[in-house]
Amino acid sequence: MERQIRYQREADLAWAHSFPQNPGCERLLSCIQCGTCSATCPLALYMDLTPRQVIALVREGFREDVLRSKTIWLCASCYACAVECPQNISITDVMYRLKREAIASGIYPKRFPIPVLAREFYEMVRRRGRNSEFWVVFWMAMRTNPLVLLSMARTGWELWRTGRMSLRLRGIQRRGDLQYLPAASKEVD
Amino acid sequence: MQPAAKYLYYPGCSLRGTGIAYEESLLTTFRLLEIPLEELSDWNCCGATAYMSVSEASATMLAARNLALARQTGVKDLIAPCNACYLALRKTQKMVAQYPQVEQEVGQFLQQAGLPSLDSVQVRHPLDVLYCDIGVKRLRELTVRRLQGVRMASYYGCQAVRPYGEVDDPHEPTRMDEILRAVGVEVVEYPLKTKCCGGSLTGTIHDVGVRLNYILLKEAQRRGAQAIVTICPLCQFNLDAYQSKIRKQTGEPIDMPILYLTQVVGWALGGDFRELGLHRAISGRKLVEQWFTVRKEAETYV
Ligand code: SF4
Ligand code: SF4
Repeated sequence: MERQIRYQREADLAWAHSFPQNPGCERLLSCIQCGTCSATCPLALYMDLTPRQVIALVREGFREDVLRSKTIWLCASCYACAVECPQNISITDVMYRLKREAIASGIYPKRFPIPVLAREFYEMVRRRGRNSEFWVVFWMAMRTNPLVLLSMARTGWELWRTGRMSLRLRGIQRRGDLQYLPAASKEVD
Repeated sequence: MQPAAKYLYYPGCSLRGTGIAYEESLLTTFRLLEIPLEELSDWNCCGATAYMSVSEASATMLAARNLALARQTGVKDLIAPCNACYLALRKTQKMVAQYPQVEQEVGQFLQQAGLPSLDSVQVRHPLDVLYCDIGVKRLRELTVRRLQGVRMASYYGCQAVRPYGEVDDPHEPTRMDEILRAVGVEVVEYPLKTKCCGGSLTGTIHDVGVRLNYILLKEAQRRGAQAIVTICPLCQFNLDAYQSKIRKQTGEPIDMPILYLTQVVGWALGGDFRELGLHRAISGRKLVEQWFTVRKEAETYV
């Protein structure tokens, strides 16, 4: 049977204490666990950990638990929690950092579409400077569950019919500027 | 209140795809207001929420490239109509100002790319320009036709009003209501104004995304709105494109036009149906045609 509880010695406190260096997360350690973030979050209902629980686990150093959660991916970055937090913690930025770490260390639910979409988007923009909606969604589907393309067919047709879908790959002219962005290999595994 | 002599304009990727009607109606509205709008040359993607989820450093650099390109033109005001673009640009400005390390990384990138360092470019949202630079009073004077007896709910979405924006009050925004009333629309009370539409969730965790939009649509309907007015291409897309799915799943007869603020204002100023991209509506097409097709006798309303 899988053990459900965690022991203190598994906690990574050094990791927890590195959060305040992150823009927006400075005050993470002073969370009062009031739950305002969870109450404001429009997605809390669908999350496995509530935003308040995420903050609690981060602060106690339970790295794996938060990185494996679906919560960080369900966060839509709407900043509702961040403007309400009485301790001025930008929970949104905490979620962003967790998403980045989960992608960099490859810990995310496999075939879970959200991180896959983020990476497709990232790679397209990194190469071309602009995003082409159709192709990002197409590749996300191909890498997760191609069958979803069928369920998207109707929406696709309606967008096509109203001239709102373009198959053109777009890009900027001065593509060379992008080479000065940090090397992709250093950022993603 | 005095509009600037010229505005720069940063379309962003969505306005060249699913949000094309936003671009069409924005350009038409500004043309009718006789305010020059110039597209930012060789702009790149703002990075949106997806880029920030992979790399914070390059997300800020990408957004900064646009700000640097804007600075090069010498025009002070940069209009970013998409809420995600608006937030990404403003967040970057704030991070550069507040964190020396970010400032240094971004500065180095811009230097390598041969671009000027960042300066005080003002990132503006169309709502902010319409309200602060043109003004409700002027819009009322310029209105040449009114939508009689049409009730709408104004919907801001998330990233325009919080936490870096100055578009309106983050809790109780009212500027869009004021503008809509000025051009003759009846506005209903809508407490979900700033509740998130779920962004790209409709494409990833489809059921959750659709559910959020169902709640938004249902509440608007319950409050007596016949249409929702938006200021973000992603909100407009989410609310507009999945209504047939919602009808199928819930059996409820929801078929509501989802308009851009610039379509409603542009029409009141005399814009033409196609120029305003009104033919691109997916849901509520019948109503859109009924409201915005100018019949001969209706013209005399002016
Ligand atoms: S709202 Fe802020 S202080 Fe309250 S639980 Fe959430 S993070 Fe902690
Ligand atoms: S930013 Fe994320 S965690 Fe915060 S309220 Fe929005 S969806 Fe929830």
